[in-house]
Amino acid sequence: MENFLASLDTLLLYVFAACALVGAGLMLILQQPMRVAMALISTMVFLGGIYGLLGVHFIAAFQVLIYVGAVMVFMVYVIMLLDPRDPGYSRRYSGLVLPGLAAAVLFIGALGYAIWHALPEITRVAGEASYGLKEFSVAFLNEYWLHFELTSVLLVAAVVAALAVIKVHKRDHG
Amino acid sequence: MDKVALLLGLSVALFAIGLLGVIIRRNVLVMLMCMELMLNGVNLSLVTFAQQLGETVGAVLVFLIFVVATAEIAIAIPIVLLIVRRKHTLDLDAYTDLKG
Repeated sequence: MENFLASLDTLLLYVFAACALVGAGLMLILQQPMRVAMALISTMVFLGGIYGLLGVHFIAAFQVLIYVGAVMVFMVYVIMLLDPRDPGYSRRYSGLVLPGLAAAVLFIGALGYAIWHALPEITRVAGEASYGLKEFSVAFLNEYWLHFELTSVLLVAAVVAALAVIKVHKRDHG
Repeated sequence: MDKVALLLGLSVALFAIGLLGVIIRRNVLVMLMCMELMLNGVNLSLVTFAQQLGETVGAVLVFLIFVVATAEIAIAIPIVLLIVRRKHTLDLDAYTDLKG
């Protein structure tokens, strides 16, 4: 039974990885921003599934809550706000398709080569040492409290900047 | 192929697809979404490494990336809306007068 569950885990991991990859590929092909957003949302949900299978359930939950629940909902709202007859929708690719593709292939090749050669070392380091929410929270608020506080500064800065952008708009239009 | 190699390969692929999207697509919103995809790829590699080493620092970094992604979207979307009001299009080629 345990063997079966382990193989089911592996199978699900492969399926989720394939689905996430397909969703990401669709993002390059689809034309309408709304469909691209849906493809990205599915990719994020499948990534959440992968995190769940890896045993980091809190990251899986936050992946769905923050990325899908906040960021992508915001994005979908903005897509609905804009004009669907925009000519920007009809042409899909910029003139940089071929150089872009060449650069991406080179980039994937170089990165894949580097990872492939470092892989024996990475896998040699440890078996899977899992950690729970408790260890994470203790480390988060003891060792990394400064970073936590700095992110709040970042968020305040983002809010102020967003307000400033809106103010600029108002001033320009009287 | 073992699990770590699969996950790292997936994260490389997601990052590369996101980068490609930022380069070749014309729609500004689609480019923003491709940036989110790149962040997701990085997150996956961080989680994989953290899991492999049994360290919590990877997970902490993932949370910081969540915050950065949220802040980035919160500031990028008003800018896009403002530009679209002015130019009446999402097509990047209409923004070439923003060059220096």
